[in-house]
Amino acid sequence: MTAISKEQVKHVAHLARLDVSEEEAEMLTEQLSSIINYAEQLNELDTDGVEPTTHVLDLKNVLRKDEPKDWITQEEALKNAPDKADGQFKVPSILE
Amino acid sequence: MALFDYTIKQLEEKLQNKEITIEDLVNESYSRIKEVDGDVQAFLTLDEERALSQAKQLDAATEQSGKLFGIPAGIKDNIVTKGLRTTCASRFLDNFHDPLYDATVTEKLNNENAVAIGKLNMDEFAMGSSNENSGYTPTRNPWNTDYVPGGSSGGSAAAVAAGEVLFALGSDTGGSIRQPAAFCGVVGLKPTYGRVSRFGLVAFASSLDQIGPITRNVEDNARVLEVISGLDPMDSTSADVEVPAYTEELTGDVKGLKIAVPKEYLAEGVDPEVKETIISALKVYESLGATWEEVSLPHSKYAVATYYLLSSSEASANLARFDGVRYGVRSENADNMIDMFKKSRSEGFGEEVKRRIMLGTFALSSGYYDAYYKKAQKVRTLIKQDFEKIFAEYDVVIGPTTPTPAFKVGEKTADPLTMYANDILTIPVNLAGVPGISVPCGFSENGLPIGLQIIGKHFAEGTVYRAAHAFEQATDHHTKRPQLGGAR
Repeated sequence: MTAISKEQVKHVAHLARLDVSEEEAEMLTEQLSSIINYAEQLNELDTDGVEPTTHVLDLKNVLRKDEPKDWITQEEALKNAPDKADGQFKVPSILE
Repeated sequence: MALFDYTIKQLEEKLQNKEITIEDLVNESYSRIKEVDGDVQAFLTLDEERALSQAKQLDAATEQSGKLFGIPAGIKDNIVTKGLRTTCASRFLDNFHDPLYDATVTEKLNNENAVAIGKLNMDEFAMGSSNENSGYTPTRNPWNTDYVPGGSSGGSAAAVAAGEVLFALGSDTGGSIRQPAAFCGVVGLKPTYGRVSRFGLVAFASSLDQIGPITRNVEDNARVLEVISGLDPMDSTSADVEVPAYTEELTGDVKGLKIAVPKEYLAEGVDPEVKETIISALKVYESLGATWEEVSLPHSKYAVATYYLLSSSEASANLARFDGVRYGVRSENADNMIDMFKKSRSEGFGEEVKRRIMLGTFALSSGYYDAYYKKAQKVRTLIKQDFEKIFAEYDVVIGPTTPTPAFKVGEKTADPLTMYANDILTIPVNLAGVPGISVPCGFSENGLPIGLQIIGKHFAEGTVYRAAHAFEQATDHHTKRPQLGGAR
């Protein structure tokens, strides 16, 4: 049984902003199916009324004062950018 | 005795007495790296000039200051170091030569005057158990270079085992400090979630990730943890809990210590040689006046599935930041922005990273969220409660760190699930957020190290260290060295 179809794999790849070849899509369909089938074992457990754990410690809404602070400069922020122009990040055109 | 066979405390005395200089220590690191790192491949980035100039500066200081004064350290390459290339062993970050700030842990090492020797190899973005997912060359096990060092902090554990640095920082999301420590015969601790700031640790699974020390002995490990722990305003999940003097917990006294041994940790699938070694270790504890009983952590067998759903979901969100806009390598082959994102990510990420992003994106996608992600979060609660029940009656949980000693390079790469199963004994600890350590407890017939895992209550690192240290002092496993290029 495949838990996920090749079409689903391609859709998920698009959502994840990954480019997959036909060959990779086939391999991922097989591998993800076997991982998802393995994960189905969690359904053996009755979890009705069990609270989900999102955080292991008893922490709630840790807030800090909203004060401006010096961090990095514009020049520094651009230092590792693959492409830049006029003090900004430069990207390819958004419209085709 | 080689320089790195001494403890940090002993080296501190030698420096004080002017028997050695910090330049000697840094030279020891680099001469060992030149000798063996061609075989071990623990380091991705080195900066000898920077390390030597820091050594000279510290040698010229009028007085020693800092808990790690002059001590050579290695840093896992997913921990950001200002001005020192940080790649997470990913080709995507191949050109990230100039990080703009230090992680909180790096800053803390600097404040205590440790000397950073270089950045350590790992599985790409910390996803893996063998270092075979490094985007560069995989690290090899110093005890036998046909074998893996474990992962994902394989470079950190191998560098310490091979005597290239005195200690290293690693990170542990599902066993990534403890498993390589076990495979390489060194001491590795994953602290309680929130004990150490994650600021500047490139995020993999934020609800599970913790930074921790890898060392040659328990005393050094406790000393490094004292330095890197504590509340950090830059990480809102760091805990506001006082940092005890862990080194003062190392009394050698475990009389009356109540040990729980989960039957699931010695069950089928655990190598008989490993099981035997753990039973011998429990006998050592008996002889020291501790007691042990068999218990059950009934949800252990669900930990691997729970972990891969949760960690991959978190990873799919965390790794969205790698888009080729602000840093990293951008594909040259794209003609619009969406295409640029896709091609940059696909060309930059390795196979395992893509697989996990896909799994996580699927588990979080509309229609599947409740069935997979939320279900796993609920099972996580059950796993956490397993530990709470045991810790109501016992001080520590003890078992093996891994089901087998190190495996051969290439042995488990064909099927992802085979590789994932290797973490079955370490993953529950991250899901519950409790601290766990691996200490050397023996060797397999073919000469590979075996690790003993000691797990404690939230923020009970002191008890974990006390138990680990008492065992270490009663045995001599931690004094054994790999014979690579002549032991050192």
